[in-house]
Amino acid sequence: MLDDFMVRAALAGIGVAFAAAPLGCFVVWRRMAYFGDATAHAAILGVALSLAFSMSIFVGSMTVALLMALTVSLLSGRGYAMDTLLGVLAHSALAFGLVAVSFISGVRIDLMAYLFGDILSVSRGDLMIIWGGAALVVSLISWRWSALLTATLNEDLAHASGIDPKREQLVLTLALAVTVAVAIKVVGVLLIAAMLIIPAAAARPLSRTPEGMAIIAGAIGMASAVLGLRGSYMFDTPTGPTIVCVTATAFLATSVIKSVRQARQGHNGRG
Amino acid sequence: MSLVQVEGLSVRYGTKTVLSHVSLHVDPGEIVTIVGPNGSGKTSLLRAIIGAVKPLKGRVTQGPGVKIGYVPQRLHIDETLPITVMRFLKLPGGVTPANINDALSQAGVPDLAGAQLSRLSGGQFQRVLLARALIGKPELLLLDEATQGLDQRGSASFYKQIEQVRQETGCAVLMISHELHVVMSASDRVVCLNGHVCCEGTPAVVASAPEYRALFGTGTGGALALYRHEHDHGHDHGDHSHTEAAE
Repeated sequence: MLDDFMVRAALAGIGVAFAAAPLGCFVVWRRMAYFGDATAHAAILGVALSLAFSMSIFVGSMTVALLMALTVSLLSGRGYAMDTLLGVLAHSALAFGLVAVSFISGVRIDLMAYLFGDILSVSRGDLMIIWGGAALVVSLISWRWSALLTATLNEDLAHASGIDPKREQLVLTLALAVTVAVAIKVVGVLLIAAMLIIPAAAARPLSRTPEGMAIIAGAIGMASAVLGLRGSYMFDTPTGPTIVCVTATAFLATSVIKSVRQARQGHNGRG
Repeated sequence: MSLVQVEGLSVRYGTKTVLSHVSLHVDPGEIVTIVGPNGSGKTSLLRAIIGAVKPLKGRVTQGPGVKIGYVPQRLHIDETLPITVMRFLKLPGGVTPANINDALSQAGVPDLAGAQLSRLSGGQFQRVLLARALIGKPELLLLDEATQGLDQRGSASFYKQIEQVRQETGCAVLMISHELHVVMSASDRVVCLNGHVCCEGTPAVVASAPEYRALFGTGTGGALALYRHEHDHGHDHGDHSHTEAAE
């Protein structure tokens, strides 16, 4: 079964969606969208370093993503204007990464694969890394779930309950770095943040509990991966972007459901 | 034995010292109110007591086995986070639904367990936060400007609820309040803070202290006058809210 590149691609997409869903919910709830972007964009610098020192791209990109995420976490409590700072870091990391890659001869052709993913070339080894990473992220988040949720609601309430919000932030930072590293092959550094944010945002109108939102986001993400893969095969479009297009369509659909529901409630309220 | 004892506490954020050599204690059953201008370190003091900020100097000691319930300033729940009151009160775990229902009744909102947190009104939300603080059956309640953003009637009824909770459970209350008329009528002791403790004592003693008058000036006189005034003309809500907005 794993001999079929389409099967491997589908499994890779599902694995990334599995990890991205619960993490993406926290990214949305904590308004960390730009933080996800900065971390993901920094990974291209990791790719360049991995190629230069011929080491595993997974390890290289995860290390740089982690360093970036830790830097941002560290700076965040210190009175910098966060959105500006993240904008500076995200885009300069991407630019430095692209320049660094250009120094390495012979990989210029491959650059697109790291920017937009190359899910159809996922090997058995990649699949093991993706699912290993996804399992790690999901178990980490499930283990810390209640503490993470409390810290997300309010840091002082967390302190009052004996939870250290900084430690929970670190858990999310770690999970983010691992997710970025496993998602590069599937959607590429430019669209990783999309896989985090869009399924979670699409799940919001359909959910009443935080757990429900994470599960629905997972379902939307996984379905999008499979549908996007089929779509890209049928229409001969780039696979990573096609997957993101499907999640965006899901977001549009649930947003419409939400406004229809609100309009109906408003109508009932008047009547 | 005091429930909580703060000794020589100094807190610094970066290069800015917000509290220096603050000492304070709360005994069982008493209501202590902290007043002070904006930026006087009131919130930092409460956050140091719950362990959210590390003191630069000094220390905070709790009596053995003393449980503290903390009600933060009105907190913002992101619209993107779907969560019911029940689920919110269960966090971070180890609480039974029966405990939660008791706490909600005590806080005066017994029917809200199934409601979405982001849909609550300001007054309901503060009561849910109060319920959260009451779940552990605390001996000491910490309230950080708990009525901020509520209108006159909402805040009066919230303080009435606190008073009722205190009568039922006998817990002590340490609160920050801007509403000087409430402070002056309900507190056993008032601590006037401005980076350090300016003065403290019974409401009458503090109100006549020169340090307090220097800080609050005519505003205090106004608030006290307002408080007396309120006994005569309880219906005159418009005036009070204007005066409060100006403070």
